[in-house]
Amino acid sequence: MAHGPATLADGWKAYISRWVFTTNHKDIGTLYLWFSFAMFILGGAFAMIIRAELFQPGMQLIKPEFFNQMTTMHGLVMVFGAIMPAFVGLANWMIPLMIGAPDMALPRMNNLSFWILPFAFAILTSTLFMEGGGPNFGWTFYAPLSTTYAPESVNFFIFAIHIMGASSIMGSINIIATVMNMRAPGMTYMKMPLFVWTWVITAFLLVAVMPVLAGAVTMMLMDINFGTSFFNAAGGGDPVLFQHVFWFFGHPEVYIIILPAFGVVSQIIPTFSRKPLFGYSSMVYATAAIAFLSFVVWAHHMFTVGMPIAGELYFMYATMLIAVPTGVKVFNWITTMYKGSLTFETPMLFSIAFVILFTFGGFTGLMLSIAAADMQYHDTYFVVAHFHYVMVAGAVFSGTAAIYYWLPKWCGKMYNETMGQVQFWVAFIGFNIAFMPQHFLGLAGMPRRYADYGLQFADWNMVSSVGAFIYGGAQIMLLINVILTIRNGKPVADEKVWEGAEGLEWTVATPAPYHTFEKPPEVK
Amino acid sequence: MSEESTYYVPEQSKYPIAAATGFGLMAYGAATWVIDSSNPYILILGTLVMAVVMCMWWNTVITENMQGLANAQLKHSYVLGMLWFIFSEVMFFAAFFGALFYLRVIVNSWLGGDAAIGIFDDTPTDAAVANNAILWPGYEAQWPVMETPDQAANGDAAIFKGPDQAMSFPGWANIFSWLPLWNTAVLLTSSFTVHIAHTGLKNNNRKQFVTWLGITVALGLIFLVLQAEEYIEAYQHMGLTLDSGIYGTTFFMLTGFHGAHVTLGTIMLMVAFFRSLKGHFTHDDQFGFESAAWYWHFVDVVWVGLFLFVYVLD
Repeated sequence: MAHGPATLADGWKAYISRWVFTTNHKDIGTLYLWFSFAMFILGGAFAMIIRAELFQPGMQLIKPEFFNQMTTMHGLVMVFGAIMPAFVGLANWMIPLMIGAPDMALPRMNNLSFWILPFAFAILTSTLFMEGGGPNFGWTFYAPLSTTYAPESVNFFIFAIHIMGASSIMGSINIIATVMNMRAPGMTYMKMPLFVWTWVITAFLLVAVMPVLAGAVTMMLMDINFGTSFFNAAGGGDPVLFQHVFWFFGHPEVYIIILPAFGVVSQIIPTFSRKPLFGYSSMVYATAAIAFLSFVVWAHHMFTVGMPIAGELYFMYATMLIAVPTGVKVFNWITTMYKGSLTFETPMLFSIAFVILFTFGGFTGLMLSIAAADMQYHDTYFVVAHFHYVMVAGAVFSGTAAIYYWLPKWCGKMYNETMGQVQFWVAFIGFNIAFMPQHFLGLAGMPRRYADYGLQFADWNMVSSVGAFIYGGAQIMLLINVILTIRNGKPVADEKVWEGAEGLEWTVATPAPYHTFEKPPEVK
Repeated sequence: MSEESTYYVPEQSKYPIAAATGFGLMAYGAATWVIDSSNPYILILGTLVMAVVMCMWWNTVITENMQGLANAQLKHSYVLGMLWFIFSEVMFFAAFFGALFYLRVIVNSWLGGDAAIGIFDDTPTDAAVANNAILWPGYEAQWPVMETPDQAANGDAAIFKGPDQAMSFPGWANIFSWLPLWNTAVLLTSSFTVHIAHTGLKNNNRKQFVTWLGITVALGLIFLVLQAEEYIEAYQHMGLTLDSGIYGTTFFMLTGFHGAHVTLGTIMLMVAFFRSLKGHFTHDDQFGFESAAWYWHFVDVVWVGLFLFVYVLD
């Protein structure tokens, strides 16, 4: 294709086949990013329904059965549909550019990894329209709620998870092969940008735990349809087995979500501090340490199921240990900013907010890791507040920062800075109004996943819902800003879009040409 | 990466979207089928689409390789891809082995009202004692679980009934009529024969390569026949089925998934065998065969684990 990628000017047919048949890492990255944003809006709509119902005590808008489906689908869509594909999209776009590779190592499989996702989410979302409704057992789908007492649509959920897992495994293998095999001459491992490092470690986690999730849903499938008794004590099984298998996947999964976010922030903060990242190698080792620890702490999600005291103690101390490498990272980000010549463009604002709010979420995590205290916090809104601080203010804020940071490189046009900053403040304030009160609700004893609540929780729930709507509105502002930038943003010609930016991705033309580094660059 | 041979990036491909469609149909069809067993058609359609696309896709990859489009770097990408895929398979089995250990060692003791592992404390927790006394009175921890907690507590009204006979070690007197032992012998031998074939290929000895590869395929097929025979035996004569409590559950799920992987490995080796008859593979270009061989060693190692923890150790 000498004339470059097909555009709309080449006709609809050529344009659609470009996207459907593409093997280009930039095209596939773009597909991932748009898909994840669509899922983000869908999952966000579910969240809005939840918060609208919780605006006041009593049941106003929906039935409790539907509320349960909303909490479940919100979690599933956000985790598997929005956050994970967003970071895979960034990986597709940026890793080949950052390591000087012509493309991903296995370009056709790359396309397959993406195109499985629309099918998986079509199947998952279609369950909402089935008899008996969609999955209603929470995104953690504990047995026996998800087996003995599940609606029939659980079977569709199981196979949707299966093919999402296959997509993730293929995507991760591709990233590992790319990083191990496609680096430009001179690009040694310890010269790789931190985003590449965090992603290759994330990919390792994915290859290790997605098969375990497949095992968990397979056991469910067999228990539901073929008479096995994995999760049924009558036959000699144990429902708690489900929780162990699930969280052996689930805990690394939360690091799968946050490690690429660490990588993004580690790219942005040095750029706008105009200083190299402080403690590069300690950042790499800290990431690896977090990844390792994530495999040995899973049962801290299960302190209240009746584990022996030795188990409780072990999982408590092992969990607290994670604070050490995480602290190293926070220290390094702050030290990078120290005495730097800082400017506060939108990506930097989101990154600084990330550092502050993620640290806050980390501290509430530390509170939850105390087994004795967790007896009180378990399954309350305190937990909901905690993981939204790390998932939203962590992963989503860093994803937003990444969009603003790399958008000019991708499309050669600058976003509207004023609008970006306004969006940041709306998102930041809306987020905190939405989730800070949930800490108070949880400490006061409000359980999570309930459609109704006692009157004593009414005030903070109303505040939280208002904040959630503000935060939701901020996402529409992001969408508008991105579309306006692509359509008629101010053109940028400079290869180095940001003054302080370092790395190979800033040596290629702006906008990044369809094919880059067909001849590998020399890295000194 | 040398400059004269650039990394081959195909411009576009129709295979991935076709494969994704087949995969989506398979997922949707499988769910439809487990709910309504009279409707396997979507599943069959999806599987057919998938099978056809996979054949065409790999055919293209082989053709590209024969045309010399794949340079050393691309071949290394394939090697990495296969090795990490095998690692993901290891983790899939790890989930089931982990479940087996947890069920055998911990859950079983608790259901029987005992302490799980006596490292820290030999006295059972109050919860375990109450669990046994109130929910499953009369159940005693045992492996294989011949009488389920359900049977112990509810007698003939039980839904989950244990097997009449387990597949474990039958004692030295009957050792030669014990199928799993023969299966072990067959599979371990096949790992050696595939290695001999590999050595033959490396030394440019095609006759040795093709012959021993053929023998390996035959051994794989023998294993599958023996396993089918074992399953028939279990269902017809031993009362050992998928729904006979936790022993039947773990036995059939672990050996069944292993058998499925042996089937896949045999197909891969068969493809390699037919390619070898057509003169494919040389001592320095053998990824298609090598990846099948690695996969074969992997299913072999899994079997050793199965043999020890599912069959031998009581």
